Amino acid sequence: MIPALAALLVFQLIGETLVRTLAVPVPGPVVGMALLLLTLVLRPSLLPAIKPTAQTLLQHLSLLFVPAGVGVMLHLQRLGDEALAIGVALVVSTLVGLASTALTMAWLMKRVAPHADEDTP
Amino acid sequence: MNEGLPIAGVAVGRLADVWVYLSASPLLGLTVTLLVYHGAFVAYRRSGFHPLANPVALSVMVLGALLWGTGTPYATYFEGAQFVHFLLGPATVALSVPLFEQLARLKRLWLPMLGALVVGTLAATVTAIGVGWMLGASKATIASLAPKSVTAPVAMGISEKIGGLPTLTAVLVVCTGILGAASARYLFDALRIKDPTVRGFALGTAAHGIGTARAFLVSEEMGAFAGLAMGLSALFSAVALPLVAGWLLKLV
Repeated sequence: MIPALAALLVFQLIGETLVRTLAVPVPGPVVGMALLLLTLVLRPSLLPAIKPTAQTLLQHLSLLFVPAGVGVMLHLQRLGDEALAIGVALVVSTLVGLASTALTMAWLMKRVAPHADEDTP
Repeated sequence: MNEGLPIAGVAVGRLADVWVYLSASPLLGLTVTLLVYHGAFVAYRRSGFHPLANPVALSVMVLGALLWGTGTPYATYFEGAQFVHFLLGPATVALSVPLFEQLARLKRLWLPMLGALVVGTLAATVTAIGVGWMLGASKATIASLAPKSVTAPVAMGISEKIGGLPTLTAVLVVCTGILGAASARYLFDALRIKDPTVRGFALGTAAHGIGTARAFLVSEEMGAFAGLAMGLSALFSAVALPLVAGWLLKLV
């Protein structure tokens, strides 16, 4: 678990360093994710060492959003004043985001990659 | 000295001292966060993982009430909770594991996914800005709403760049994730979207990590696609949203 956790942190660190050095607007952890993916592609034998820790972390992904969510305390005034606009914008845009993504992907899959999922592995 | 000073009074005084000490140390914020989340998760499990019993929503309500009831400022609470918040970074890196395991299918579906990602991300941003503007939200609120479908650390960065309030964005990001995770099943059923890859990908695009957590509960496959969508959307949004949202905000 410790080597795996250290590996995740090292990749995040490399990501953050790259992003700051090159001044690109991409978040460091996302670059770290891409680099670790590349590493796994080049060295699939590393997977068993990282997988259990990665899975544990991802199983509890929800927990990690709780501290940011409690920040609602700081904005009760503004949220109360603009409740209608914020509430409707949240609901409409979330539903539109979900529906447009799903419909576009389903449509493109029929067009571009027909039967892509039918061949058995 | 008053001989009759009740021992209870001394004990209460001690307790007050302990409270003063604990309320200023990170230990309390961290412990309470884990305990409350665990309780919320048990409730979620008891409900048979019902999408409406979202553990993040429940935890935020309970913790908010606790802070409000004890008069604890958010900054004090965050001293402890930041250790949990910090793990968002390594967790994002960890998404490469499910991605790697689904790589063969990702390669086959790259074009539909890319198209869906661009359409979905832009649609969510434009509707958030549009609805906020039509209903008369202030400019800072609209800017904070714009990146709310992106995962928290990235969304906060975008918000700052386009004139929003990063901490408000964090809250709206969490609300979006909860809404998306709670409504997705009903929406997809209504739209007759059955393919778990499509359902997962849409959840990750529109509802980031909370949607991804929900997707992982349904299946590893759905979770992998949600995780991929969350990562790709973070990449795409970090580059495109400051431009698109920045331009739209000039119009409102």
